[in-house]
Amino acid sequence: MSTAAIVMMVVAMAVIWGGLALAVASLLHHGAVEDRPEAPRRDL
Amino acid sequence: MSTPARQAAQPDQERRRGGFSSRRVFILAAIGSAVGLGNIWRFPYVAYENGGGAFLLPYLVALLTAGIPFLLLDYAIGHRHRGSAPLSFARLRRGTEGLGWWQVGICFVIAVYYAAVIAWALRYTFFSLDEAWGADPQGFFFGEFLQAGDVRVTADVVPGVLVPLALVWLAVLVIMALGVQRGIGATSLVFIPVLVLAFAALVVQALLLPGAATGLDALFTPDWSALTSAPVWAAAFGQIFFSLSIGFGIMITYSSYVGRREDMIGSGLVVGFANSGFELLAGIGVFAALGFMAQANGVAVDEVADDGIGLAFIAFPAIISEAPAGALLGVLFFGCLVIAGITSLVSVIEVVISAVRDKLDTGRLTATLLVGVPAAVLSLVLFSTTSGIYVLDVVDHFVNQYGILVVALVSMVVVAWALRALPALGAHLNVHGRPRVGTGWRLLTSVVAPVALAVVLVFALRDDLAARYEDYPFWLLLVLGWALVVALPIIGFLVARLPWRAGTHLDGPPPGSDPAEPLHAPDPAPNSRPQDDGGPR
Repeated sequence: MSTAAIVMMVVAMAVIWGGLALAVASLLHHGAVEDRPEAPRRDL
Repeated sequence: MSTPARQAAQPDQERRRGGFSSRRVFILAAIGSAVGLGNIWRFPYVAYENGGGAFLLPYLVALLTAGIPFLLLDYAIGHRHRGSAPLSFARLRRGTEGLGWWQVGICFVIAVYYAAVIAWALRYTFFSLDEAWGADPQGFFFGEFLQAGDVRVTADVVPGVLVPLALVWLAVLVIMALGVQRGIGATSLVFIPVLVLAFAALVVQALLLPGAATGLDALFTPDWSALTSAPVWAAAFGQIFFSLSIGFGIMITYSSYVGRREDMIGSGLVVGFANSGFELLAGIGVFAALGFMAQANGVAVDEVADDGIGLAFIAFPAIISEAPAGALLGVLFFGCLVIAGITSLVSVIEVVISAVRDKLDTGRLTATLLVGVPAAVLSLVLFSTTSGIYVLDVVDHFVNQYGILVVALVSMVVVAWALRALPALGAHLNVHGRPRVGTGWRLLTSVVAPVALAVVLVFALRDDLAARYEDYPFWLLLVLGWALVVALPIIGFLVARLPWRAGTHLDGPPPGSDPAEPLHAPDPAPNSRPQDDGGPR
């Protein structure tokens, strides 16, 4: 493989799979807060 | 304004619609919908043809500026209005319900022919075991397998297609009848991990073949001059639109089944990047295999590279015949096509079933039969005959190019400009979504994405007006192509004139749908999450 092809393949993997990993990590971090049970509701 | 009685009835209606039991199930189902045949057989060739490694730049720009923003728009519409595509649009503004039915019509047509390709892949999974195509995969596919004759519509049944097609429909109808969680959700929970593992195994096997590096070199070597070409940018935006299952009701429907307090922005980012991640994996696997094929035959990669049906049913069988452990490669490849196809097919048919349920207030089983039986019969009649391949090719081309693209463009313009609903939809996403969406998202959704879609549409129109698609007879293109795509919106707006069942909330989002507000009526689940609809009723 040419150097340019190797570089582009690595960049593609880093950007797309790295983006996926970041998105999952962000969702897990934020989701952990949001998944707490709701406080009991009162009818108003 | 809703009456208290209607407010109390709304969570009950939501509970009866069913829903995904968790965010994880929803994300897997959405990934299952997005990852389809196009990821495996379309992306690698589009990337190769449009600049190779350089295509990555317009592809990422398209993903971030149009694909994910549009995906979030679909999520916001469905999640806020808690209904199928027609019901969600009706709740946005009564007069736009027809847009939802237009999307439903497109999904029905896609489901009818998509099942046929899955049936072919199912048959080829078994053909791989003994390389049934022999030395001539092309002759075998069109001749012995499909028995395709002249280009004309016939009623000559091909049993070799009829039986697997019937099995595909049987499996899909069972999944649909089981309900949102026990059917679609459970299928996604099993199928998506299996798909990723199986495809990863295929990629490893392909990378170990001699000549794999030649294929990867062809795919990733950048042609930077492509970046100044408008068709290359149009191809990137087109690939993202077709691949992400956006703009034709699927993501509206799926997001209506998600708990009201879920982070739809974060979920959208995961689905968008997961879809592209699978495409990249597919590109590596497919071109590694094509590199082997090219080296084995002493030709350049461009002489063996192909996409769509040509790649799957002609090029790959040839690779399987020559590769060591070819049977394993074949089972993995065609098995992945079947799995990816089924998870996409259930999402497409769910758009129709969900709409019928909402409109007629029917049970799950009744709606599945009302939709599934006619779809299956039509599919068997049209695509298990000797003319099935031609009908499929024409319908697929026109419904994709002018059905999906036009309805997506019109929906986006109507929501952004006619209804000016983006601020409210963005605010809804931001209640629990991170990172927040703001002016940038509204700009991308109201300007960048519609303009990009319009450009893709213009390029498609230019090609189709310049020459007859695949040199098919004019009458075939007129009847199964142009007439079909014109009829779908007309039918959609006619169906929208039918009345809703009594008590259906149509004036804005249903009561209790705002995740920031306390609910007045009993919540259907601890996290405002609808439960499964309990399967057949």
